[in-house]
Amino acid sequence: MAISINGQDYPLPEDPRTSLLDFIRRDARLPGTKKGCDHGQCGACTVLVGGVRINSCLSLAVTHDGDEVTTIEGLGTLAAPSAMQSAFVAHDGFQCGYCTPGQICSATAMLQELAAGWPSDATADLEAAPNLTDDEIRERMSGNLCRCGAYANILAAIRDVAGESA
Amino acid sequence: MTVHLKQDAPDERNVLDFTGQSVIGEPLSRPEGLLKVTGTATYAAEYEVDGCCEGVLVTLPVVRGEVTAIDEASVLSMPGVIAVLSDERMTGRPAQGMAGEAPFQPAKDVCYWGQPVALVVAETFEQARDAAKHVAMDWRSEQAPLDPAAVETEESESTRQGDLAHAMAEAAHSVDVVFTTEGHASAAMEPHAALAQWEDGKLTVHASLQMLKFNRAELADSIGLEEEQVRLLSPYVGGGFGSKLGVSQEVVAASLAAMHLGRPVRVVMSRQQVFQTVERRSETHQRIRLAADAEGRLTGFGHEARVSNLPGESFAEPVLQSSHFLYAGENRLLRLEVARIHRMTAGSVRAPGEAVGVQTVEQAMDMLAEKVGIDPVELRLRNIPDKHPANGKPFSSRKLAEALREGATAFGWEPRPRTPRHTREGEWWIGTGMASAARVHSVVEAKARVTLRPGGTALVETDMTDIGTGSYAILGQVAGEMLGLVPDDIEVRLGDTDLPPGSGSGGSVGAASCGSAVFLACQGLRKELAERLGIAPESLTLKDGFARWSGGQKALTELLNQEPIECTGHFEPGASTEDMAVSSFGAFFAEVAVNRWTGETRVRRMTGAFGFGRVLNARTARSQCLGGLTWCIGNALTESLLFDPVDGHLVNCDLAEYHVPVNRDVPDLEVLLLEERDAAASPIQAKGVGELGLCGGAAAIANAIHDACGARVFAYPMTPDRVLAAMPET
Repeated sequence: MAISINGQDYPLPEDPRTSLLDFIRRDARLPGTKKGCDHGQCGACTVLVGGVRINSCLSLAVTHDGDEVTTIEGLGTLAAPSAMQSAFVAHDGFQCGYCTPGQICSATAMLQELAAGWPSDATADLEAAPNLTDDEIRERMSGNLCRCGAYANILAAIRDVAGESA
Repeated sequence: MTVHLKQDAPDERNVLDFTGQSVIGEPLSRPEGLLKVTGTATYAAEYEVDGCCEGVLVTLPVVRGEVTAIDEASVLSMPGVIAVLSDERMTGRPAQGMAGEAPFQPAKDVCYWGQPVALVVAETFEQARDAAKHVAMDWRSEQAPLDPAAVETEESESTRQGDLAHAMAEAAHSVDVVFTTEGHASAAMEPHAALAQWEDGKLTVHASLQMLKFNRAELADSIGLEEEQVRLLSPYVGGGFGSKLGVSQEVVAASLAAMHLGRPVRVVMSRQQVFQTVERRSETHQRIRLAADAEGRLTGFGHEARVSNLPGESFAEPVLQSSHFLYAGENRLLRLEVARIHRMTAGSVRAPGEAVGVQTVEQAMDMLAEKVGIDPVELRLRNIPDKHPANGKPFSSRKLAEALREGATAFGWEPRPRTPRHTREGEWWIGTGMASAARVHSVVEAKARVTLRPGGTALVETDMTDIGTGSYAILGQVAGEMLGLVPDDIEVRLGDTDLPPGSGSGGSVGAASCGSAVFLACQGLRKELAERLGIAPESLTLKDGFARWSGGQKALTELLNQEPIECTGHFEPGASTEDMAVSSFGAFFAEVAVNRWTGETRVRRMTGAFGFGRVLNARTARSQCLGGLTWCIGNALTESLLFDPVDGHLVNCDLAEYHVPVNRDVPDLEVLLLEERDAAASPIQAKGVGELGLCGGAAAIANAIHDACGARVFAYPMTPDRVLAAMPET
């Protein structure tokens, strides 16, 4: 009975009320994942479960027995940041930094969703593979709020990374 | 060593232009950036402290009343519950910005719906949250005024000059309109949080706060401690936008609980509590009157506004702040009134005053341009006053005309009178609009210490905060420029009251105030180095770690001779900002699409041109402006606090129902940073930029909506229902 976070196993919490978010921040001592609203409205708590992005505040930790969770700490480190993390610094894709881990986790998974052909509200032709347009990126990142208003630079950072991998 | 300056005269030397290191103004990345993107920057609630227990605030669902009894036993038997705190010193409201004294106490005297009245402390967050919902309380409640339009108002400010009514009657063209704006929430992404420790008579609190030297005084006064007994730490703040200017309820509650229990206590507000209990921007009701001659030159200018606040609060949304000087007009009437009602405390939300006061004037100016039959940009240019129209003071420096012209060129503005409904793409009407930007400049007292270390690096220290604004970057750049060091050789420590007291972040004062303190400290260090070389400070060039003068050069490390030298800079505002009208200016241009069937507005692009004195870091300054433009979109189209008219509760108290702009709401944004040196603004010729970007921009969107579809909407936000109702039939 354990949750794997960034490759390390953590025993499930005793209190079944513990959200995956609080489990990550408190029990696993990985506070890089942020609590902004605790109600799935802001996206600051975005992590990857099995490679897919979710709002960790909307999920109870005990439902993740055996799951593999990746948090911002698992994407890169100070010594070896991921391409997306470096691009956020280069494009000033943040200001206060509080929504940033969620934005970066979300952006990382979002590009995989796009590559896998998942459509979005901004996709004109649901039958065709979605293109990597600015509007596609904006739409797919609209679950991650940034009150500082860094969206324009977040878009630039993601476009930069997507361009490299394309 | 201390260098003190009370700036009584403009400083036109532009020292930073001649120091030679060339880092000032450069678009450098934030030094703390990697910490933030890797999740290793630590915010208030995230410190690991042994034995820390968790507190959850208990709130009361009435607008006016008093808690008469709290039954602690009702929850003490629940698992993990340690205590129920209802100390008389708990605060019911946040402190206003720069108050420096305790806010409203006691918390049990309830003045708005959702006021915190007690704190439940338990071993875990889940236990405390559950228990907080089950605390049995007795209270009495009473009716209280809720509608700002239905109460007698108090006059807060009034300026009369000439005879506005006569000017209106005689005017070739006039506009007399009423606008409304609804309340706004700061909605910083990090909820208010405090982690308090009480050890050996000293209180240490990690908190999310903007202005530490004031907050320390507010907390000490609330609790009855000496300031020296209180240490606040806020090295990283997850956004503030005014909501963390003053010490808020969770900071005092966590501190009291830690003192009572002798254990560390963490209190984090829920998102709903942040909305309900911290502060709001007041809704406003504004009448604008413009009188003009046949060419559109203003002869009369009237701006009257009604705002609201709780009884006992001195703050009144300063709606008229820039109306005093933005445009000419010899006959003037400006009046601000406050309605006392029972909604949560009204206080500063990003750009208090101008954020709602400029966009109404700018929409009225658009209407005037239409009546005169001239290009709206030209109308503004014709009405830039020679001197402050009320007090006759000269403007220190003003880039309004340049912003209007250069912004128009960059945007591709067509200089013509506006006739709505000129372009349609399918079911979308397309239009463009513009507005001026203005935001008063101010500086406050600030101290910073700079140490030259033996290894030839520098340390900058102040209790100044970086709330996303770029303080870490710009303070390092000022020091680097003055000391001839590359940014990597400078460490900046912020957000700790053990460090010299800076200005704090708020009212766009931080960069100019703390930047000047760092500048002064570095001047002291330069003087010391020059003395060691036996030369005049003016003859000294510091560059890339070397001291150079006409007679030779020497490595900084050699000059330091294994010993650090430090200097504290102490900046105080003086007559230079009193004798002149000092303000930042700019212009906004927007293109929108309005759906002819639904009234939905999409902003398609925006350009902002801004002059705010010296740019200290072009990247972080631009980001501040991007943030401002993003706020313009929320302000114009979606943001609105909605209160239940019957029981007074805030209906949309979360991020699902209070609509801040999301990524897809924000189109391509263009920012022009206009070169400016404002000698009166500060010794580094810089003004503030954190708020200018949202002072008027909502009107550019409003005017574009009118240009697109003919709808003139007098209520912000311009939601689809309002646009549709205002859209002409044909």
